[in-house]
Amino acid sequence: MLFPSPYRVGSTLIQEFRDGSLLNATAISLRRVLLGYSISLVIGVPLGIVLARVKFVEDTLGSLVSAFQSLPSICWLPLALLWFGLNDRAILFVVVAGSLVSIAIAVQDGVKNLSPTYVRAALTMGTPSWRIYTHVLLPASLPSILTGAKLGWGYAWRALMSGELLFVSLGLGQMLMQGRELADMSQVLSVMAVIMGLGLLTDRLIFGSLERHVRRRWGLAGA
Amino acid sequence: MSAKLSIRNVAKRFSGQDHQVNALSSVSFDVQAGEFLVLVGPSGCGKSTLLSIIAGLEKADSGEVLVDGIPVTRPGPDRALVFQDGALFPWLNVRKNVEFGLRQKGVTAGEASDRAIHFLEQVGLAKFAENALYTLSGGMRQRVAIARVLSLEPEVLLMDEPFSALDAITREDLYVEVQELWQNRGATIVFVTHNVREAVTLGDRVILLASDPGRIQLEVPVDILRPRHIDDVDVARTAQLLSQSMRQGRENILQEVWNDEQFTENDLLRGFDRLMGDYRQ
Ligand SMILES: Nc1ncnc2c1ncn2[C@@H]1O[C@H](COP(=O)(O)OP(=O)(O)O)[C@@H](O)[C@H]1O
Ligand SMILES: [Mg+2]
Repeated sequence: MLFPSPYRVGSTLIQEFRDGSLLNATAISLRRVLLGYSISLVIGVPLGIVLARVKFVEDTLGSLVSAFQSLPSICWLPLALLWFGLNDRAILFVVVAGSLVSIAIAVQDGVKNLSPTYVRAALTMGTPSWRIYTHVLLPASLPSILTGAKLGWGYAWRALMSGELLFVSLGLGQMLMQGRELADMSQVLSVMAVIMGLGLLTDRLIFGSLERHVRRRWGLAGA
Repeated sequence: MSAKLSIRNVAKRFSGQDHQVNALSSVSFDVQAGEFLVLVGPSGCGKSTLLSIIAGLEKADSGEVLVDGIPVTRPGPDRALVFQDGALFPWLNVRKNVEFGLRQKGVTAGEASDRAIHFLEQVGLAKFAENALYTLSGGMRQRVAIARVLSLEPEVLLMDEPFSALDAITREDLYVEVQELWQNRGATIVFVTHNVREAVTLGDRVILLASDPGRIQLEVPVDILRPRHIDDVDVARTAQLLSQSMRQGRENILQEVWNDEQFTENDLLRGFDRLMGDYRQ
């Protein structure tokens, strides 16, 4: 049998839900991705702004960042395993490596395309140049920060899943592999459905509404 | 009386990949305290460059700008600038936009808020204080931009084509409002436009700039009674004369005519005849 019936996948889902294994795995995966993703945002956003504004940093780090972006995040896993061993920190590293650079690059692009009048206006109102970063560039580039955040979320999630698939650990990735080992197609499909559902939910509910709100406020609606 | 603002031999070049632009070549003029000076010229003649240099956002290649005799070295709230598109911050509401500069000056939050409301009242927008910017029309946004700059109580108020993106009716309202604000506050204003009628409507004095190299072509006082409207007959006639000289680019002859205070229609025509004669040679 190539595919189990939707009914069987559904009942497997309910059963996994009841015995707690699904919630447990989801919680573990979500905690990992949220942690890694937060680290990526906290470092990636300022890095992107600095890359766009400081010529010296762009000259030195710019091509390195672009090179890293072309590296699929799972390629970091062997290195991460050597550094950290077979544990959560290795997974975390892969998640950060997968999302940080894409966030930084999206933010860099956004800041580069900002209208220079924001900065000029702030300067004529006596804003010291260091405060331009926090009071002008950061809020002004919020639309591109959101783009980067959305992109980075996708990368972080994918990096996590490939990491969890490749080495034994708890989480949704492992539950998928377990399904394969037990040749339990309905378990595999039910976990895949949960992963897709989570992706859809964050995209629509969180990023979708944030983006709509910001685009309208920034006068970009329909643009 | 020494000048509030002195522009001394200011020159600026921009070099592109294959050519150079002489944005300004040795421009000099003074602005007296309380004067409403308008710089007018075709687009690309260096008006924005000149304002940026006065604001301290750009450095002149040579020459200097003095405020009360002190050379300008960097931007500051004593020379606040109103931009063509307002350059308001969309992430802040109306009141916080006006507060922004005050907060940068170190004014406390409460005080800044009070002052912001006061200046929003002056431009008739107090009841929109808590609105998001995108809910405002273009004209209202430019009023916010003006309130934001007025709140800093600048020594010199710089305005770079602040009304050129607005519709005609809104613009006419703002001409009246700006004249009132200026008369009530005794501000010194340097206003830039490419619209000659606008220049004559607003200015005590109009400086006509010519392009490439950017330079002063003609300087004329405007003594028409205020408040002026853009379709006052006197405004229209003076504007027409200015436009002509802008097109013909023969400043000397027209300057002669202008300097003769008793000039008549005939003098003007004679002036233009001589001008045309020059042209035919
Ligand atoms: N940053 C710049 N780099 C190169 N050329 C510039 C720059 N800024 C202005 N220019 C050129 O200088 C001239 C004057 O520009 P500008 O001051 O903006 O004119 P205006 O405001 O009168 O339309 C134009 O030819 C313009 O192309
Ligand atoms: Mg301009």
